[in-house]
Amino acid sequence: MPGITREEVAHLARLSRLELGAEELDHLATQLDDIIGAVARVGEVAADDIPPTSHPLPLTNVMRPDEIRPGLTPEQALAGAPAAEDQRFRVPRILGEEQ
Amino acid sequence: MADLTRLTAAETAARVASGDVSAVEVAQAHLDRIAEVDGKVHAFLHVDAEGALAAAKAVDDRRAKGDRLGPLAGVPLALKDVFTTKGVPTTCGSKILEGWVPPYDATVTAKLREAGVVILGKTNMDEFAMGSSTENSAYGPTHNPWDLTRIPGGSGGGSAAALAAFEAPLAIGTDTGGSIRQPGAVTGTVGVKPTYGGVSRYGLVAFSSSLDQAGPCARTVLDAALLHATIAGHDPKDSTSIDAPVPDVVGAARSGDVRGLRVGVVKEFGGEGYQPGVEQRFREAVELLRELGAEVVEISCPHFTYAMPAYYLIAPSEASSNLARFDAMRYGLRVGDNGDRSAEEVMSLTREAGFGPEVKRRIMLGTYALSSGYYDAYYGQAQKVRTLIARDFDAAFAQVDVLVSPTTPTTAFPIGERADDPMAMYLADLCTIPSNLAGNAAMSLPCGLAPEDGLPVGLQIIAPTMADDRLYKVGAAVEAGFLAKWGAPLLDQAPAL
Repeated sequence: MPGITREEVAHLARLSRLELGAEELDHLATQLDDIIGAVARVGEVAADDIPPTSHPLPLTNVMRPDEIRPGLTPEQALAGAPAAEDQRFRVPRILGEEQ
Repeated sequence: MADLTRLTAAETAARVASGDVSAVEVAQAHLDRIAEVDGKVHAFLHVDAEGALAAAKAVDDRRAKGDRLGPLAGVPLALKDVFTTKGVPTTCGSKILEGWVPPYDATVTAKLREAGVVILGKTNMDEFAMGSSTENSAYGPTHNPWDLTRIPGGSGGGSAAALAAFEAPLAIGTDTGGSIRQPGAVTGTVGVKPTYGGVSRYGLVAFSSSLDQAGPCARTVLDAALLHATIAGHDPKDSTSIDAPVPDVVGAARSGDVRGLRVGVVKEFGGEGYQPGVEQRFREAVELLRELGAEVVEISCPHFTYAMPAYYLIAPSEASSNLARFDAMRYGLRVGDNGDRSAEEVMSLTREAGFGPEVKRRIMLGTYALSSGYYDAYYGQAQKVRTLIARDFDAAFAQVDVLVSPTTPTTAFPIGERADDPMAMYLADLCTIPSNLAGNAAMSLPCGLAPEDGLPVGLQIIAPTMADDRLYKVGAAVEAGFLAKWGAPLLDQAPAL
């Protein structure tokens, strides 16, 4: 397996929504390279005909009756919001000027 | 009166029920103990004295009215800060949730309250339960009561240290790769990871949803069983909780017996990287099991050596998805919202400021393992290894009733020693991870002090899925056997704080 480059790490940081500083990026690149080198050992196991396990319990589509139950009030739901207005979460703009 | 903080949970509940002491007196004794020693230990992130005393008074009032009290009514407990508590801060050891007060209780929290258990406060942990030392907490490390310069294990180091420091007789932890069992081992306490799905995850802030499991921490096997029975059971709010009767863990803990039981020693867990004193105490525990009438054989689980690499692909992958919810929009920290920046920029600045180094490492690693071009080689292959590990367990449990191993390869290491060496840190969970991947039940309990450093060693007992009662049956027998040899509980040897 080839090592991970600094550019790849910067790309991962963008995908992960982490505004990493240059120094942090260098440090993480080294550490991730070490970790990925170690975990790549899973590739040593011949497992072509082995089904994957995503979950320890063999459950699919657990259903329950669709009943109305009491939930949080708008005040409770907004109590932890960084900013709220008119019973809504107030967020920074999500579209650019041209959109 | 004897020191109320030295009693077991079972003794405390009995004395409260008989009217020998009030629940308020018990709660106050523990709050006093916390005030006295927690400056050194730092097991708690938040102490809720008012809430604890009110809960204790409610138990005393119910008793005065003649209500029948449950088996843990009036017993204080330390709750890992990863469970939501209505009206009480919940941080998960992270800056991104600093000051957040949840509007609802986790199912575990609600069950504890219903049972009259007195929640003293929230315990310190590695940020979002990622770590093996509690050094990854954004609020500073917890110190091991056996040696304050050493780690108490992690991620649930606060819960385990609170028990070992006699700040609480009961605690709750969560175990994704060993975060209940490894802290139990290095603090000389008992910790159980129930079968996956045995305890509801509703209100447990998610790290790796297919691995996370809440469980009991205590100073005795019976206390752990009483707590296990209190929090376990199906919950309609968690679709992955098992809809089947909870195994009779309390009955098993009361009738500890291993005569005729087949015990398998996991061949892969020993040798290079294992501290000699840990291996010595483990061998003595195996010898004790033989003396008590168990039949001991060696069992090979060849794929267990791939458990750690598989875990460090699966857990970070799930974490990278779960932690996407910390987006600075609906709750928690928001950084850099100056009116000009976009939501995405604010999100990236907030996550950069709010997450610590280990959480960032795991988010990045998970994002890598799931990204196009790498998915099959990493995440996909790790899921296949997970199948092979489950098959190793199936083959083993066709031959034996339980498996045993050391809980962790070494005793508590010094604070700072592995802090910036992730690969060294990850080794602490070598023996505990397979049970998270396969979902079966496992326990750690004390089996002595390593001769070279005088620090606690843990014995891990591993049982099949939904056979959690076997852990308690074997654990109680081992505990009684060691007590007879030692003459007193191991924690009596811990230094005064």
